[in-house]
Amino acid sequence: MRITCPYCGTRSSHEFAYLGDATPTRPSPDTPDVASTFHAYVYERDNPAGPLDELWYHTAGCRRWLKVARDTRTHEILAVAFARKDETSLPEGME
Amino acid sequence: MSRYSFLSLIANALNGQTGWAPAWRDAAPKPDYDVIIVGGGGHGLATAYYLAKEHGIRNVAVLEKGHIGSGNAGRNTTIIRSNYLLPGNEPFYEWSMKLWEGLEQDLNYNAMVSQRGIINLFHSDAQRDAYARRGNAMRLAGADSELLDREQVRALCPFLDFDNSRFPIKGGLMQARAGTARHDAVVWGYARGADRLGVDIVQNCEVTGFIRDGDAVVGVETTRGAIRAKKVGLAVAGSTSRVVKSLGLRLPIESHALQAFVSEGLKPLVPGVITFGMGHFYVSQSDKGGLVFGGDIDGYNSYAQRGNLPVVEDVAEGGMAVMPLIGRLRMLRAWGGLVDMSMDGSPIIDVGPLPGLYLNSAWNYGGFKATPASGWCFAHTIAKGVAHQLNAAFRLDRFRSGHVIDEKGVGAQPNLH
Repeated sequence: MRITCPYCGTRSSHEFAYLGDATPTRPSPDTPDVASTFHAYVYERDNPAGPLDELWYHTAGCRRWLKVARDTRTHEILAVAFARKDETSLPEGME
Repeated sequence: MSRYSFLSLIANALNGQTGWAPAWRDAAPKPDYDVIIVGGGGHGLATAYYLAKEHGIRNVAVLEKGHIGSGNAGRNTTIIRSNYLLPGNEPFYEWSMKLWEGLEQDLNYNAMVSQRGIINLFHSDAQRDAYARRGNAMRLAGADSELLDREQVRALCPFLDFDNSRFPIKGGLMQARAGTARHDAVVWGYARGADRLGVDIVQNCEVTGFIRDGDAVVGVETTRGAIRAKKVGLAVAGSTSRVVKSLGLRLPIESHALQAFVSEGLKPLVPGVITFGMGHFYVSQSDKGGLVFGGDIDGYNSYAQRGNLPVVEDVAEGGMAVMPLIGRLRMLRAWGGLVDMSMDGSPIIDVGPLPGLYLNSAWNYGGFKATPASGWCFAHTIAKGVAHQLNAAFRLDRFRSGHVIDEKGVGAQPNLH
């Protein structure tokens, strides 16, 4: 499996570390039913068979967090972007 | 269907082997059952068998979307053992070991259970202490264990690399009663045993949805029509999340691929099962002579039933570090199974989470050895509506309550363990 890092280019998945499903968002500690929402955030997963947005860290490359859309049935990579929303383009002077 | 015996062998030899009947009926689904088990793998068939045998519930169907044994039951490394540690799981796996020891007599079927022993190698003083503790925990739960020193391991396995500069072998934890069993024969034996007690084994019957009565589950929709049941038990390994999706349930499970490999055939070499203590590599030798080995899960969500190359490389590196002779062997086959990884690496056998629904899932990397006890405990849980003491710790809400069974102590996500 090869992942095209927006910064480094196409690399083997060997270079990346996997975190998991990128969909859950950390709830606010002020949420009324906070134990349940944190339980869902930490443990419960949709675990879909098909496209999944997931987080990969480019350990042996640019060390950026990437959001990778991948089909869990075929390992096909559908899209890759920087995980941080403000990190949409390369730094100045880089192409 | 007759029992297999020396006399049946003679009789069929004399009539030209024409008297053998199929080992189980290829049943068509009835409109309604007391219990439906979804999933015709080892765990599902064992559950049906023990429901009929231990609890007298014989109006049972096992629904399998393909043919029985075509999922993980046919895609594992056939190792049986009970060298666990914690009070929540060690008695369960030891009960499984005891059931393995009586399985062939019980089923009247040769499952090729072979108690060749397992050695977990250790490579440092700290690891020796950890394995001594594990061995003591096993003995407290009624299992056997023996701490071997370096020379005792060398006497059993002279081909290991004892003087590897990074991972010198200092000894091993031996469980002599552990070993291997023939995975297909386990499936066929349980299928035949369940069938003889009246269980319908329905193949090519995929569950596509559930019949609901309010909150309760009262049956399943399948590709062969709707089937009603008082109780529905799920034993579908890597597909649990997919199956419960239509019920609106989200579980603490991710599906991952777990790969295994087999080499070309050799003369008898590896006496039992050997695990490398410093990386993830384990090896045994099949009855045909091939070395059977495996390692880590691929580590990212997958429904592909095939793995990727980084794990192949990692397994080969682990193998070379402990057993350099495998460098001269050809790897004949590699395969991957789908495992549903729970967030603490331990299984779930529980009532619910909806009325009428029963859950047997999250076997992670270790479902095969658990087959008899998993079926036995799941049958008890379904029949009595409450978990047995042996699976009382395998509850679904343990993540919510904090009672996780975190044997490896590595963290809350499958990519960590």
